[in-house]
Amino acid sequence: MKKYMQFLLLLASISSTSALLASGGFSEDGAKQMPAVANAKWKTECSGCHMLYHPGLLPERSWHQIMLGLDKHFGENASLDAATRDEISRFLALNSADKQDNRRSNRINQSIPAGATPLRISQTAYFTSKHDEVSAATFKRKSIASAANCLACHPAAEKGDFSESQIKIPR
Amino acid sequence: MRNALAIFTLLFSISAWPASPQALLKQYEAQAKQESTSFTGFSADKGAAFFHAERMHSDGKKVSCATCHTSDPRNQGKTRANKVIEAMAPSVNPQRFTDAAKTEKWFGRNCQDVLERRCSAQEKGDYISYLLSIK
Repeated sequence: MKKYMQFLLLLASISSTSALLASGGFSEDGAKQMPAVANAKWKTECSGCHMLYHPGLLPERSWHQIMLGLDKHFGENASLDAATRDEISRFLALNSADKQDNRRSNRINQSIPAGATPLRISQTAYFTSKHDEVSAATFKRKSIASAANCLACHPAAEKGDFSESQIKIPR
Repeated sequence: MRNALAIFTLLFSISAWPASPQALLKQYEAQAKQESTSFTGFSADKGAAFFHAERMHSDGKKVSCATCHTSDPRNQGKTRANKVIEAMAPSVNPQRFTDAAKTEKWFGRNCQDVLERRCSAQEKGDYISYLLSIK
C-alpha cells in the first residue's frame, strides 16, 4: 500500500513538472512575453509601411478582417497578390492572440468582448488600461507620432516583447 | 514529380528574376504601345510633372507622390506610420526598379492612394524616366 502511494506521488509530480515545462514558465497562463515567430512574407510585407506587429497582439477574427480589407488599410491601399495574402493570413491566424499561450496575448484576448472585432490594438481594453497614464499629447509627440508606433517606447516590440523594464518614452 | 519540381523552380526563378530599370522601361513601352497607338516614347519632364503634381483627394487632403517621397527623390521619405522610405532615385538607391513585381505592387497601391485610379503604362514609364534622370 505504501509503495502504491509513493508511485502515485511520483506520477503526480512528473506530470505537473511536464505541464509546467510545456507552458514555458511558472505563471498560470504560460510565458510572460510573446514567443518568437517567423514568416518571411509576413516580415517583409507587414513592415513595409509600419512596424511589424506580432500576430499575438490580436485575435484571429481581427486579423481575418484586416486581411480582407487590405485595399483600404487604415486609409491606405496595401493590396497583396492572393497567394501572399493567403499565406500571411494563415500565419497570423495560427499565431493570433486566441491561439497563443502567453500572458500578454491571453490578457489582450480576454479584454475583448466576444462580439467585438477590433482592428486596432489600441482599441482593446487591455491597451487602454495599460496606457492610461500616457496622455494624448505624449502620443502626438513628433518622436512617437501615434499609438500605432509601439517601437517608439518599446524597443523590442517587433519581437513581441513589451516588458515594463524596457520602456523608454522619448521626449 | 521531379519534373514538376524542376518546372516549379524554373517558374519561380523567372518571376523572381531581378530586373533593371531599363528592362522595366522596355516592358512598359510594350504595354504603352498597346494602350495607345499615338505612343511616342517616355519623357522625364512629364514624369517630373507627374511626381510633383498635387491633387485634391476625395478625403479632402492634398496629395502627390512627393507627399511621402519628399519633393527631392534623392531624399528618404516617410510613410504616414512613421517608417522611412528609401530614396526613389536609382542614383542614390540602386535597389530601385530592380524587381518587376515589387515595382508593380507599389504602382498598384500608390496610384490608387494618390490618383484614385490605376496608372497607365505611359505614366509609369515617364515616372521611371524622371527618376533615372536625377543624378
